Order: sequence, then C-alpha cells, then structure tokens
Amino acid sequence: MKIEERGYAHPEVLVSTDWVAEHLDDPSVRIVESNEDPLLYASGHVPGAVEVDWTRDLNDPVRRDYLDRDGFQALMRRIGADGETTLVFYGDKNNWWATYAFWVFQLFGQSKAKIMDGGRLKWKQEGRSLVRGTPSYAASAFVAPGRDDSRLRAFRDRVLAHVDAGRALIDVRSPAEYSGERLHMEDYPNEGALRGGHIPGAANVPWARAVADDGTFKPADDLTAIYRREAGLDDDDEEVIVYCRIGERSSHTWFVLSYLLGFDDVRNYDGSWTEWGNLVGVPIEKGSGQAA
Amino acid sequence: MAALPAKLQETLDTLALLEDRSDRIQMLIDVADRFTDVPESIARRPFAEEHRVPGCESEAFVWAEPRGDGAFRYHFAVENPQGVSAMALAVILGDTLSGSPPAQVAAVPADVVYRIFGNELSMGKSIGLMGMVCKLQSETARQSAERDVRQPAG
Repeated sequence: MKIEERGYAHPEVLVSTDWVAEHLDDPSVRIVESNEDPLLYASGHVPGAVEVDWTRDLNDPVRRDYLDRDGFQALMRRIGADGETTLVFYGDKNNWWATYAFWVFQLFGQSKAKIMDGGRLKWKQEGRSLVRGTPSYAASAFVAPGRDDSRLRAFRDRVLAHVDAGRALIDVRSPAEYSGERLHMEDYPNEGALRGGHIPGAANVPWARAVADDGTFKPADDLTAIYRREAGLDDDDEEVIVYCRIGERSSHTWFVLSYLLGFDDVRNYDGSWTEWGNLVGVPIEKGSGQAA
Repeated sequence: MAALPAKLQETLDTLALLEDRSDRIQMLIDVADRFTDVPESIARRPFAEEHRVPGCESEAFVWAEPRGDGAFRYHFAVENPQGVSAMALAVILGDTLSGSPPAQVAAVPADVVYRIFGNELSMGKSIGLMGMVCKLQSETARQSAERDVRQPAG
C-alpha cells in the first residue's frame, strides 16, 4: 500500500525507497543513515548517504544530554546541510535509530526532515545499490537555532506530575522489561536500573507493533486499533508521554503518534527507565498491568 | 585479573594497534564477512529458545559443541541480516575461545566487547554483545556440568 493511501495524518513526512532513489543526486536532499549497529553504515549504505551516529554525533560527551546549539551547527555544516535541506533519515531495525535522530533534529526545529519508509532493510531487499566509502560534501554556512526542549521532551518532574494527574503514558519496551521480569535475569547485563517494572499507569505497547514485516509503518487503521482501542489513547488526551530505556525505542512511537496518527502533544521521556528505575522514592508498578 | 585465552589476547592486541577508528571498523567488517551459520548437524531452525542470547536485538544464538578434550567448539546464528557487529563478535569468539579450557572461558569478562568495538557502543548494543559472551559462558558451564554427571570423577 502506498504511503499516501494509508490514511496518515501527515503522510508527507514519509518517503518511499522509490522517492529516495529518484533523489539521490538532488542537491537539496541529504540522506542520513542512523543505526544501532556501529559497523553497518561502513559495510554499505545508500549512495550519497552520510552517517549520523547517536553516540558520537548527537550526545554531549560529558553530561547525559543531547548536543547543544554549537554542536548541532557543526554537525549540520559537516554534512553540508542547511535549513532548506530536506533531510531523509533511515537506518536499521525498522528505523528505530533513524527516528531517534529525527527526534533530536526536531529539537532544533528541522521541519524539513523525513523518514524513508522501510529503512535500510527494505532498500537492501529491493536489490538497490549499497556503497562503501564516506561521501564528502562542502561545508554549509548553517546557523543553528537554540535547542528547544519545551515541546518534545519530558523530564523527570513533568513525568511525576503526569503520573499524579493520571495522564496517558506508553511504555514501549518488551513485556519482560515492562513487568520487571527482565531485570532479574542473573548472569546477563541488564538495563542498568536498580529496580524493574514500569511507571504507574503506563500502558505497554512494544514499539515494533507499529511496523509491518517489511519494516514499513502499518496503515493508520491498524495503528488506530493498537494505540486508540487497545492502549486507550484518544484525542482528548492533553498530553501523551512515551518512554523506554533511554528514549531510543520511544522516539519511534513518538513519531508514529505525532505524524501518523496526528496526536498534537506527544513527548519523549528520554530519561526513561534508566532514570526512573534508579530514582529514589518514585512509584513503580510491577507485573503485566495494562499490556496492549 | 585472569589471563585471557591467548588467541583472544592476540586479537585484542591487533585491534589496539589500529588507532584510526575507520581502520578498526573495516577490520571488524572483514571479520563479519567470515561469519558462517551454525551447521545443521548442531542445530536447525527454528532454534531452541534456550540458545537465544537474552536482550540481543540481532537475535543471536549460541551453541557449545563438546570436543573430546573437555573443551568446546562454539557455533552461532545471527538471525538479523543487519547484525554485522554480532556476526563479527561471533567470529572472534568462535575463533579465539573454541578449544580453550572452560575455566579460562568462564573468566573472560563480558565487557571485553568494549576492547573489540571501542567505547562508543550504545547501551542496547553493548547489552546484546555482552550477552553473547555471557551466553557462551553459560552454555559452556551447562555442557560441562552435564558431562560431569555423565562421567563422574574417580
């Protein structure tokens, strides 16, 4: 089913692999690969794509935070992009890291960003070209705005108030993480949290339920069944907060709710369980709760 | 700290000589290209869940095949076709730990993955890769215990 036929609130934010193939040489477009696997880009990428690595490019090296205005400006200049460039993000594992990078770029107001539907796997499965070697682009003269966390990020105190008010929360982790079972697998590395479970009142919708087997996003009808009927979200919800472990998987759900289903106010709690599960005195629920 | 198996130490020493990040990445990609799937004589799909690496997004599985000398030969599957890092680690672990005494295998610290891939691993990726080391060790321990039951000392 074509993107424009799936009933999305903002279909223009998704582009197909055909569209990307047609715009590989378009100077107003910059293709950006963002993966969880650090070897993947170098092993072969969409021709002309640059790599934006979450650890090296998007994170503050000292504080647990994202890059600041100067860092973002340097990044955009390095990849030869400016405010008029259409940035197309794609990556591995159903585009989960690509939506994370997309979300960070939204903190700097990059409204021309898009996601390549189906990600890296779909491109490869269609037999399209993957190349090695890093392309070089002339540095742009981009001047970055300041980072604006006010619309898209939720911090700890906001989440606490959100819980007290009984507002909508989506935990996008696996059922084993949500229930707290996963944390108690001895002899294996865990999420780095002292306590397992979930934030009280959160519904569990594992993030990958939003994608089909080929990695493309499910049609709006299917997403509505999952998020509105099963998880109980509705348009009257004043604010929806999504979270996972460090905000990477929940950025995928943030994207789905905001752009595909058209929820007006969705925030990513990037502190997520690595923060909440280590916070002194915050409430925690265990067990299956509201699994959807 | 216990000494690492000689082959593993040699691999780590080689990687440490690569100061340029892109050289390290290229070496690891070349290693991943040598990945071979678990032989059907050991396991066939669908694989038993007991061999799955917990928390690994690349869907890796590990088997320990007993040799006649008390050591094991290690086999892997990586179901995610984009799991390049998992494939590279599988080759390294298989090449450097197969044949090593179980006690030496058990002493390999899971965070050896940082010495292989560098410190820039995301939390999720490091959990999965360290999980592969842990799964190999737990399979070794399990197989060793079963062998000891079958062949008690004395």
